[in-house]
Amino acid sequence: MGNETAQDTLQRLNDAGAAINEARSGVERMIGEGYGHVAEAAAHTGADPFVFHFAIFILAIFVGYYVVWSVTPALHTPLMSVTNAISSVIVVGALLAVGLSASGLATTFGFVALILASVNIFGGFLVTQRMLAMYKKKSK
Amino acid sequence: MSESTAAFLYLVSGVLFILALRGLSHPTTSRQGNVMGMVGMAIAVLTTLFLAEPSFGGLLLIVVGIAIGGTAGAVIARRIAMTAMPQLVAAFHSLVGLAAVMVAAAALYAPESMGIGTIGAIHGQALVEMSIGVAIGAITFTGSVIAFLKLDGRMSGKPIMLPSRHAINIALGILLVVLVVWFAASESHVLFWLIVLVSLALGVLLIVPIGGADMPVVVSMLNSYSGWAAAGIGFTLQNLALIITGALVGSSGAILSYIMCKGMNRSFVSVILGGFGGDSGPAGGEDMGDRTIKQGSAEDAAYLMANASKVIIVPGYGMAVAQAQHALREMADKLKEAGVEVKYAIHPVAGRMPGHMNVLLAEANVPYDDVFELEDINSEFSQSDVAFVIGANDVTNPAARDDKSSPIYGMPILNVDQAQTCLFVKRSLGSGYAGIDNTLFYKDNTMMLLADAKKMVEDIVKALDR
Repeated sequence: MGNETAQDTLQRLNDAGAAINEARSGVERMIGEGYGHVAEAAAHTGADPFVFHFAIFILAIFVGYYVVWSVTPALHTPLMSVTNAISSVIVVGALLAVGLSASGLATTFGFVALILASVNIFGGFLVTQRMLAMYKKKSK
Repeated sequence: MSESTAAFLYLVSGVLFILALRGLSHPTTSRQGNVMGMVGMAIAVLTTLFLAEPSFGGLLLIVVGIAIGGTAGAVIARRIAMTAMPQLVAAFHSLVGLAAVMVAAAALYAPESMGIGTIGAIHGQALVEMSIGVAIGAITFTGSVIAFLKLDGRMSGKPIMLPSRHAINIALGILLVVLVVWFAASESHVLFWLIVLVSLALGVLLIVPIGGADMPVVVSMLNSYSGWAAAGIGFTLQNLALIITGALVGSSGAILSYIMCKGMNRSFVSVILGGFGGDSGPAGGEDMGDRTIKQGSAEDAAYLMANASKVIIVPGYGMAVAQAQHALREMADKLKEAGVEVKYAIHPVAGRMPGHMNVLLAEANVPYDDVFELEDINSEFSQSDVAFVIGANDVTNPAARDDKSSPIYGMPILNVDQAQTCLFVKRSLGSGYAGIDNTLFYKDNTMMLLADAKKMVEDIVKALDR
């Protein structure tokens, strides 16, 4: 009888041990998976910046779509001249080329681009300003 | 300055550009919007300078470059006649296109200064973006130069149709794609310049077959292209201000093209394929012989308008050519003094670019709340005594409404024939840019005033004084 009890106890101990083992491996697996998720998340924040830029690009197209539809047809010519002026923000590339590049050829290209973009920036904004100054309300 | 701060500031300038366009929703807010655009540009330039920290020599070169370009730009902006705006805008587009090509070339020869790798080891992705930017930029450049020459009258507005031009264009397009792929894989400088060369040729070939009447679409389309080129370079340089601006300008030009196409009831594709509308086509057709027109003098016109209660003026490109806008405003003022209600009606494709007529009228001090768009005023013609058409033609042709066989059938027109009397100022009885005879000339209630637009209006003003 005592013997039987001892064996029963032993059996239970064994079961308990097995359960603990199982739980431990489960936890380990979970942790492992957890690490996996963390690694994946890290990969997300390290996503190609292109994706981020592309998202902004697409959103800006939508912004442009709604903003431009709200432009009154009477101001379509100033719209063209001002879009002309702002697209000359390409000047940032020219500035980098002139200011930083070690290559003489690149500096030359940059310098030409800088002059062209400057013509456009000053010309575009000023001619827009000149046009917009002419739009007057009825003087009654 | 840290990269993050710079990226943030570029974003700020992008937002200011959005606000600049937003301001154009009304004339009163537009001036403020333009200032925001300038501030945005200043932020972008200063940010770049602080980020790059160029050497003294570099800085000097930058100042010199901006001084040369800025002075030229400011002088042009001050001197340009308002009637020449379409040419100017086309010329400016070409500069953006060429600048995009130059920046891409600089990036290719000095990639480290743009942070895209080193020579021979530029990131593949940057190469693709660069080549797309440079291709669109080069197309924009030569396309805009052709558009400029046509608009400025230095080249005939007639479409130039090369044999099998579609096949040539498609072949060049495919070649371009092949070159871009090859270039992205090899970073060969020779291939880069080949891309430029093919794109330059494509730009010419695309615009040459498009006729003078379709120029509003072309100018808008090139506007759009210049935006996409800027965006392409923006991706290469990973610059938010450029990417946002490129997207804004690209969609703006696309929308304007769409509006212009709708104004002519033509599909974008048919405009691009070209061949429509020369300088002046064959004057009408077969059964025009026995139709009679009623011709009037300045005195007749003055009498009719002085006794009218409502006059609607319809200006067109001819008014711009004759520089008649100031005389026209004087005439309108005289009529208003006599108690006549005067309004202006503008067709979406009047002139050579979107909004061209509005600018000219604004220049002549016509208040913008006297000026109405087609859909807002078209119902009023039937209640007006006189429709005064000056320099417009095809946009008033009733055939577009009534004659299913007409090439311009379906194009929205201003219903000037529904006014009690239609006064039509025209230099001669030729047809319009679409080369189509205007049935309006032969209607009983139409009186033709055959003279130079400016002279005729001045004569009417004199007659009104009497």
